[in-house]
Amino acid sequence: MQTVNLTDTVDRTFMEKVMEESGQVLSQCYQCGNCTASCPYTFGFDIPVSRVMRLVQTGQKKAVLESSSIWLCASCTSCTTRCPNNIDVACVMDVLRHIARREGFVKERRVKAFFDSFLDSVRKHGRVFEIGLMVDYVCKTGRFWTDMDLGPKMLPKGKMSLRPHDIKGKDAIARIFKRFEEENK
Amino acid sequence: MSKLSYAYYPGCSGQGTSMEYEASTRGLCEALDIELKEIPDWSCCGSTPAHACDHVLSAALSGRNLALAADMGEDCVLTPCPSCLTNLKNAGRHIAHSDDFKAKVNKLLDEPINEVPDVKSVLQILFEDLGPEGLKDKILKPLKGLKVVTYYGCILTRPPKLMEFDSEENPISMDELMKAAGAEVLPFPLKTECCGASHGVARKDLVMKLSGKLLDMAAQLGADAVVTACPLCQMNLDLRQGQVNQANKTSYKLPVFYYTQLLGWAMGLPQAQLGLDKLCVDPMPALNGIAKKEDAA
Repeated sequence: MQTVNLTDTVDRTFMEKVMEESGQVLSQCYQCGNCTASCPYTFGFDIPVSRVMRLVQTGQKKAVLESSSIWLCASCTSCTTRCPNNIDVACVMDVLRHIARREGFVKERRVKAFFDSFLDSVRKHGRVFEIGLMVDYVCKTGRFWTDMDLGPKMLPKGKMSLRPHDIKGKDAIARIFKRFEEENK
Repeated sequence: MSKLSYAYYPGCSGQGTSMEYEASTRGLCEALDIELKEIPDWSCCGSTPAHACDHVLSAALSGRNLALAADMGEDCVLTPCPSCLTNLKNAGRHIAHSDDFKAKVNKLLDEPINEVPDVKSVLQILFEDLGPEGLKDKILKPLKGLKVVTYYGCILTRPPKLMEFDSEENPISMDELMKAAGAEVLPFPLKTECCGASHGVARKDLVMKLSGKLLDMAAQLGADAVVTACPLCQMNLDLRQGQVNQANKTSYKLPVFYYTQLLGWAMGLPQAQLGLDKLCVDPMPALNGIAKKEDAA
């Protein structure tokens, strides 16, 4: 079992930052384990969600931000729905991803690459361009065989447009992203 | 009853991977005299990648669309997609309840947001405003003998304080609509379990397990088909069914319909409007089975 040395790894500002950004009172988590029991991804997590909560409570910044779990959380909100103390656990997982992204912690590179390709597509066209997103993802990760088998299933059905769906307001969308970056410099 | 009319947010996947959901939603609403007024020049809500990146960015992407809907003079936006629904609702709630958050969102937008309209799923309107009873006299070809499991996915009704629709543990809205259309709805214990969501591309191994569990259970119950209301769930179960079979050494051929397709079929809408040819697992054996069971009866 993983043990944590609390004498020299406690980062209280990290805990406070997660509380502030998520708006959740983390001390209310009493480790009942409902979130972990409900989480469909527990089998794939390196740290189960209730332990993520405990590690945040004890200010274990590095252990939390270096985990796979925060990137694999699918935002299914089972944890939030079933928390007996009304903690929005899925929101806490979101905030942990925000902080990890800002501070350069990325355990699941492919997940982040997919999210980035998705957002780049929105930024460029105003709406997601699915084929463009996949090409971008493959370029970012070098995984050229990703879902190659699905192409022949979808293309004959005309389900994937070969052209982006640019909207008139695509510049307005690009400005949202630009301002966001300036705000968060 | 006066004609129902709403602002309509189709969502990006409706122009691609879930075009049959989009076509059948429009066809169904038209046949039921529900007017969908598409939000002009709507943009992507950012889906999971946006809220996983930043909540203000996510709310700004959704907020632009809410503001456009308010400009149309509409006080309620409908969307077929649960992911769009969650993002639009979350953005609306946070903008309306926190001036500080609203100010942060407005900093990212060209035009500040004033009014925030309500947001509902198309399913919610069909269930609450029209109701299964309102559907019954429109059913021309009942789905007699068709055994289905209804799969709602994770976020259509959860978390309940945000979604304010149906039950978070045992939703019944799709069940009731399917029963009104004549189908036999089997009790499906995985109604709100996760299919793996958007990790199909980056971590397919995990999605194969989660979607596999859903198909296993549906098959064990003896379902002829799965019925969904979510483009991502449908994609994981239908388009990726071959991958799931390969990964788990199974050989399922379970059609995965959008509920709008089956309701439209039962109402006798033209096939082209239902986009049945866009489904990957051939739905025709299941649909032809209905006719055969009718003949036998």
